[in-house]
Amino acid sequence: MEFNENFIRGCSAIGAGLALIAGIGPGVGQGIAAGHAAAAVGRNPGAKSEITSTMLLGQAVAETTGLYGLVTGLILMFVKPLLP
Amino acid sequence: MNYGIVLSSGNDVDFMIHGLFKYSFFGHEVWITTSHVCVLIVILVLVGFAIAANIAMKKAQEIPTGFQNVVELIVEKLDGMVSGTMGKHANKFRNYIGTVFIFILFSNLSGLLGLRPPTADYGVTLPLALISFFLIHYNTIKHHTPKEIWVDKCSPMPPWLPLWMPINIIGDIAVPISLSLRLFANVLSGVVMMALVYGLIGKFALIWPAFLHVYLDIFSGAIQTYVFCMLTMTYLSNAIGDAD
Repeated sequence: MEFNENFIRGCSAIGAGLALIAGIGPGVGQGIAAGHAAAAVGRNPGAKSEITSTMLLGQAVAETTGLYGLVTGLILMFVKPLLP
Repeated sequence: MNYGIVLSSGNDVDFMIHGLFKYSFFGHEVWITTSHVCVLIVILVLVGFAIAANIAMKKAQEIPTGFQNVVELIVEKLDGMVSGTMGKHANKFRNYIGTVFIFILFSNLSGLLGLRPPTADYGVTLPLALISFFLIHYNTIKHHTPKEIWVDKCSPMPPWLPLWMPINIIGDIAVPISLSLRLFANVLSGVVMMALVYGLIGKFALIWPAFLHVYLDIFSGAIQTYVFCMLTMTYLSNAIGDAD
């Protein structure tokens, strides 16, 4: 079967949109981490700075999967590996 | 900008790396790109800062004033960060971690000055992560006997049954890839978003993009710098273990 270029471009755009669904996971995970950090600060306000830095480190690591989705989307949109 | 993308309504949307001129290197076509120029600018600024710091510290006084204060503050903060994470192994890695921290931080912040941040190029972040990778494994080999490494690589299973080893090796290889992609994608997402704001609604982008710059360039860049150095130090501490 033959597909023309515009069809592949459109499908790449749809694929990029689907790849960015990966953003849901880190959003949920970072929210949970921030909630627990808030609870921890409420329980032990003296350790606020340590809790904040630990939370930010964990969130930044959890963000990685979402960023993989972003990279996939950007590659599909701008590098266009599927075009002949 | 190439055509046929969804963003084609804005002709000014531009966040790609551009080639400046090319030359042939043993038959390969090699390009000097905007990333090279931006890295050079960042390095020149850092070298100038280092020379100024050196001159300031040569006539250092007991009670620091002015520029000497700033230099001592930076060194103290970096030393505190490294020794807080690595404990007694900190001495050997202070220089490397501090250098990497300052370089990545300046690269991320250079987006504020209108440069395209060099760390938004995978060719800059991958070497940084590969240096970390080789440091980790050099230290593993230096501080452990081959038998300990073998037992560690088969770790959830007993050492005579290396069934789990491929998975551990894939986990080792994933370290530099995730380190470099994390930094690259964070900075690139900031670059893309700022390019969209300025390219698509440039007429209305008057004062409020400053707040986006605060989040995307300063906050995100600083956090990712911290995370890169922190993860490198954590992996290094794990690699050294509790050896002397």
